[in-house]
Amino acid sequence: MKGHICGTGAYAPSKVIDNQELSKLVDTNDEWIQERTGIRKRHFADVDDTVSMAVKAARRALQMAKMDSSEIDLILVSTFSPKRLLPCTACEVQRELGAFNSSCFDLNAACTGFLYAYNTAQAYIEAGLYKTVLVIGSETLSHLVDYSDRSTCILFGDGAGAVLIKAEGTGIFSMVSHSEGKKGEALTCSRRDYIKMNGQEVFKFAVRSVPDSILELLRKNNMDVSEIDYFILHQANKRIVQAVAKRLGVEIEKFPMNLEEYGNTSSASIPLVLDEWNRKGMLKPGMRIVMAGFGAGLSWGATLTQW
Amino acid sequence: MLEKVKTIVAEELGVDKEGLTEQTSFKDDLGADSLDLFEMVMSFEEEFGKEIPSDDLQQLQTIGDVVNYLTD
Repeated sequence: MKGHICGTGAYAPSKVIDNQELSKLVDTNDEWIQERTGIRKRHFADVDDTVSMAVKAARRALQMAKMDSSEIDLILVSTFSPKRLLPCTACEVQRELGAFNSSCFDLNAACTGFLYAYNTAQAYIEAGLYKTVLVIGSETLSHLVDYSDRSTCILFGDGAGAVLIKAEGTGIFSMVSHSEGKKGEALTCSRRDYIKMNGQEVFKFAVRSVPDSILELLRKNNMDVSEIDYFILHQANKRIVQAVAKRLGVEIEKFPMNLEEYGNTSSASIPLVLDEWNRKGMLKPGMRIVMAGFGAGLSWGATLTQW
Repeated sequence: MLEKVKTIVAEELGVDKEGLTEQTSFKDDLGADSLDLFEMVMSFEEEFGKEIPSDDLQQLQTIGDVVNYLTD
């Protein structure tokens, strides 16, 4: 059995902070931010939180799949910015959705988290343990950002994305994933503290590890980059995506991006793109899609799926 | 060494190799920003098999700086 994505949903809070607005808080400007990151604005949760955004994204995915929440048997939430530590976000989502037949847990692999959660869902389905899995990435990063650090505060935003995965006979699921704890200090966020990042270390790590893991994944499947329709990368920075495309020798059009609108939403970023491209009708049945994540840990990976 | 460095700089920053000299400054003459420099450093590391730690990037302002750094 393979899992097939039968519904997607996304949600971003209505409060929008553009670069102009940020330049009132720190010494920066729109041109500088756009040139170095591609980001124009980001959404901030003011009345929303990690749970409410997850629930709204999940409802949209259920609606698309024309499914009732009672059919879900596993809810996985990827987040490193939960509303509270206990109960876990997935249980709070279950309560709000009324998905009482599901078991629920959270998982934290930072910006690679959605990928790890998706892989976990597929592994459970392949093992025959669950049939219908709701996977959500939801993050409230605006609370974890230091507005006196202009190198990081411009990058992050809030949002949530969800996919519903159903066990079906055939399909493609293949993954590679890696972690390197000894380089963990390059990107940290301690309790009662803010996100701290060594930009150069993280940039180099991303630009090297993402193409390497994509090529490793394709080798594993005896495939070539030309056989992939879309490469959906974690939306950290336009310049990282461009550098990855260049290293793979693949045209940039095959790398959907929406970070201009949302900034870096960590584990919400891949499902935010999936949902936007899905609703635009850009993802057609049979298309081969590679999703690639990278982030704190350090952690990274690539997953192949068929739409 | 100088020729190889020039080739990488030209390729990474999309400039004409002919105009480059040891005095060419990445930021002032070629308009490179920090992320351009990161990418260029990665190419140097890969080409010359030497790791360039984050802290050393400050010293690498011109093509001549890179040649000296790599020959040390």
